[in-house]
Amino acid sequence: MKDLIKRLTETYGPSGNEEKVRETIKKEIEKYVDETKVDVLGNLIAHQKGSGVKVMLAAHMDEIGVVVIHIDEKGFLRFSNVGGVFPLNVLGQRVVFANGLIGTIGEEKRESAKDELKLEKMFIDLGASNKEIAQKMVKIGDVAAFQRDLHDLGVRLISKAMDDRIGCVVLIETIKQLKKTPNDLYFVFTVQEEVGVRGAMTSTYGISPDIGLAVDITGTGDTPEARTMAVELGKGPAIKVKDVGLLAHPKVKRMMIEIAEREKIPYQLEVLERGATDAWAIHTTKEGVPSGVLSVPTRYVHTPSEMIDLGDVEKTIALLRKILQEDIRKWIQ
Amino acid sequence: MNVELLERLSNTNGVAGNETEVRELIKNEIKNFVDEIKVDALGNLITLKKGRKNRPKVMLAAHMDEVGLMVTLIEKTGFLRFVRVGGIDERILLAKHILVGKEKIPGVISAKPIHLTWRKEEDKKVAKIEELYLDIGASTKEEVEKFVRLGDYVAFATRFEDLGRVVKGKAFDDRIGCYVLIEILKENYDFPLYGVFTVQEEVGLRGARVAGFSVEPDIAFALEGTAAGDAPQKKDLSPATILGRGPAITTMDRSIICDKELVELLVKTAEEKKIPYQFKRPGVGGTDVGRIHLAKEGAKGGVVAVPCRYIHSPVSLANKEDIDNTIKLMKETLKKLEI
Repeated sequence: MKDLIKRLTETYGPSGNEEKVRETIKKEIEKYVDETKVDVLGNLIAHQKGSGVKVMLAAHMDEIGVVVIHIDEKGFLRFSNVGGVFPLNVLGQRVVFANGLIGTIGEEKRESAKDELKLEKMFIDLGASNKEIAQKMVKIGDVAAFQRDLHDLGVRLISKAMDDRIGCVVLIETIKQLKKTPNDLYFVFTVQEEVGVRGAMTSTYGISPDIGLAVDITGTGDTPEARTMAVELGKGPAIKVKDVGLLAHPKVKRMMIEIAEREKIPYQLEVLERGATDAWAIHTTKEGVPSGVLSVPTRYVHTPSEMIDLGDVEKTIALLRKILQEDIRKWIQ
Repeated sequence: MNVELLERLSNTNGVAGNETEVRELIKNEIKNFVDEIKVDALGNLITLKKGRKNRPKVMLAAHMDEVGLMVTLIEKTGFLRFVRVGGIDERILLAKHILVGKEKIPGVISAKPIHLTWRKEEDKKVAKIEELYLDIGASTKEEVEKFVRLGDYVAFATRFEDLGRVVKGKAFDDRIGCYVLIEILKENYDFPLYGVFTVQEEVGLRGARVAGFSVEPDIAFALEGTAAGDAPQKKDLSPATILGRGPAITTMDRSIICDKELVELLVKTAEEKKIPYQFKRPGVGGTDVGRIHLAKEGAKGGVVAVPCRYIHSPVSLANKEDIDNTIKLMKETLKKLEI
């Protein structure tokens, strides 16, 4: 599984540019599902047929990034954010474009140390010595991802795109391990989550599920002087209670909790004060869909060094597999 | 270009939620060029040119509404308090000509003369909207109520002018888009083309949301008058768009990441047909297609816009060649559309 995590997290895929991630995932799962399709926006939808209720599982393929908005006379690129990019996390970072070109992020002088860091005062340096050269390398509208390899710390791993490639890994491994299911399963690898859960809107509309489950990362409160949050790394999957976009459906939440307890899989309950997931779009589609989220605890979210615990990932997969083996109809009636 | 039509479009008032006059004007202009016309529950004007094939279903959207004000309170002294409808920078409000309500009562937005602000530090800050009022020359509430009611819309009173290379007027966002769309509808295409003139874009893309749902297009474009930031600046930064450099193609804004194939097709067409074009600064603004491309199971979406200086104020400037080139680029691109 480490190999899959490495390949997926090192693949380029900022919002709107998920093609390479999609290809990788498609190859992984194709032979395990009944059919796959790609919809207009680029969501990859894998269908595993069953006679029970329609269950939609969503993990997003996209990651945050930056977009070129201007090329100046000296060949520096001004940029804007794609998704939630925090200025504090990007200075000195390297970014990579779809064509493989690498740049580094610099900033204008700050008048005082107290000056607020702002993306509009930063730029990307491609090593180009003037505008003409830079224009041959990139154009306005080109999107870059942060460039970092995966680092294996043993039980824990760091990468720039655990959010949400680790969710994709959970779905892929679940697809591979799932023997039998009474449910009609749609595994959806969504696009454009980071810019406003857009892929989930259209894919949910097309599928019209009876129940929705997003698999995404969540923050933790277990680092020094962290913002208070009762989720820790290594304590098992987090079952969402609430975030900015969702109040988890009580029946869906209860199903996850009771199955985890019955199967003796450790879990944590999660209230996330900032951020949302695809379940935000899923649960408000059409006439409404009972929805929940299974989260992988992650430290340093939306930085180039997001850290997860492999044990959490394995337990998330185990819990999801157990859930999907149930006749879910019983739980949501 | 047909300056006279743009003049009428610009001079007509249609603050968000009050688009009737604009809709009637457009209906009249296009009725001989389209096969079907309907007005939906929110007031969107949805027209269809059937074409010979069934696919792709293409939707072009331009919004009829403009930013403006609304009367919220009539003071005993005959002054009117107001709120903004849509995004207006309050710094541009002072001492502007306005037209109030259905009767289009002329008036002005208040501004203290410098004699009364000088040396009081008041002249160093911009008056808050709560401190401003509309003055229609009435002296009592009763007098005002003969002409104006709470909830009445207020539009800027700017009259259109042709300045030669550029035109000047109000509401270029998005009457220029409406103009471009009308001109496009005058030609015939192979596929079904929905020309949709939407309502309430300025208050949150509301018309487009329902129109996208009913039209269910395969491909959708928003046609816009968009912000130009080409004023002289000290730093070497993005001007958003520049007047005179041709239609602005959006790759990404706050509401959409445009379909790559559509962006490529626009660029390829512009280069082939030698039509000047520019990319709009990514990440700013949002348009109707932001909603349309997410309706139902989704659609491919793009945005093409005419750069306009000073939009969302009482007066904007746009370049006539940019307008003509936008129409040309869209017509040529439409000819190449396949599914």
